[in-house]
Amino acid sequence: MSQKITIPGTTPFDGAEAMKGYALNKMCFSFNDKANRDAFVADPEAYMSQFGLNEQQKAAIRSKQVLELIAAGGNAYYLAKFAGIFGLDMQDIGAQQTGMSKEAFMAKLAAYAQQ
Amino acid sequence: MAQLIGGLATSHIPAIGKALAKGLQQEPYWKPFFDGFPPIQQWLGEVKPDVLVVFYNDHGLNFFLDKMPTFAVGAAAEYSNADEGWGIPTLPSTPGNLDLSWHIINRLIADEFDIVTCQEMLVDHACSLPFKLFWPEHEVAPVQIVPININTVQFPLPTAKRVYKLGQAVGRAIQSWDSDKKVMVLASGGLSHQLDGERAGHINTQFDQQFMQSMVSNPEWVTQFSDLQLVEKAGTQGVELLMWVAMRAALTTAGSGVRKVHSNYYLPISNTATGVMALETLE
Repeated sequence: MSQKITIPGTTPFDGAEAMKGYALNKMCFSFNDKANRDAFVADPEAYMSQFGLNEQQKAAIRSKQVLELIAAGGNAYYLAKFAGIFGLDMQDIGAQQTGMSKEAFMAKLAAYAQQ
Repeated sequence: MAQLIGGLATSHIPAIGKALAKGLQQEPYWKPFFDGFPPIQQWLGEVKPDVLVVFYNDHGLNFFLDKMPTFAVGAAAEYSNADEGWGIPTLPSTPGNLDLSWHIINRLIADEFDIVTCQEMLVDHACSLPFKLFWPEHEVAPVQIVPININTVQFPLPTAKRVYKLGQAVGRAIQSWDSDKKVMVLASGGLSHQLDGERAGHINTQFDQQFMQSMVSNPEWVTQFSDLQLVEKAGTQGVELLMWVAMRAALTTAGSGVRKVHSNYYLPISNTATGVMALETLE
């Protein structure tokens, strides 16, 4: 068993998270198919209900806030498919989660190259 | 018997697929990344591998949380790419090598690795993009593949130590395959990056460089770390470096050592510190 480490700003997606986020992640997994993405966009509330999202998960989806989606059990790999519906790339997502502008987030990434 | 002639490693990022689709390789943002490949492409043109065993991690295209294997080995005649949710043009299918797939499966189980076998397996950008990067002149790379998926979605992940042993077992399996084919192992993943949480954007250049150096001269170095220690150092998606560990471990079973053909480290591409490497097995 690996030793328990707490990493600030990080939620390792373990069994507890996988159970908590199952419906949310299953819905996001469905977004691999364009027909499903279109169905979600046409009626998000009906689509969320179809997958049995709980209230916290529905609120997180409505907010499009990644930190809230993670708190509701979302996994980064599946959430990326949800973000794609809105044309958000990983720098948009990174900026949103860190409370930075996209430009500032990209500058932060680029600054690592100077280390 | 088949020969294990070397190993390849590269980062994978969906944005690379977008850049390829739009022909952006010479743009200032992309050029330093794509410039890491020509010396390796040239070498591949000389040594001409026939079959590649590809260690990669699925990002929720083929596997969902309903059935999440730790290690899954492909046994399909063909591996198709598909829409991963972003509508990026799909990459061409890659032919499999069924004989090697089943040989590896049989050898791994005899070696006490209780793997999942997949006669149907969609392969995402992680398994498809490397062929566009290493064989850009070919619509379909002139090789067959055996994909091996390693879970990086759900913790606990297999330990680096276990992945190392898997790689060794795969290396032994390749070299006990009754074939005159030339085989390589390919790793797709890493290096440091984190997409999720307030820590999004985490990159660790010092760790990455130490890791890349270890791949040449001290491949067991990284096996001292647990999955969460790797997250701490390399980020939640940086753990994909486990693919490199399997690739490199396979090479420890062949020849007398390795020669680094070429490597490149460049960042950032998307949120990722990218690494590329080619290693040749020495006789």
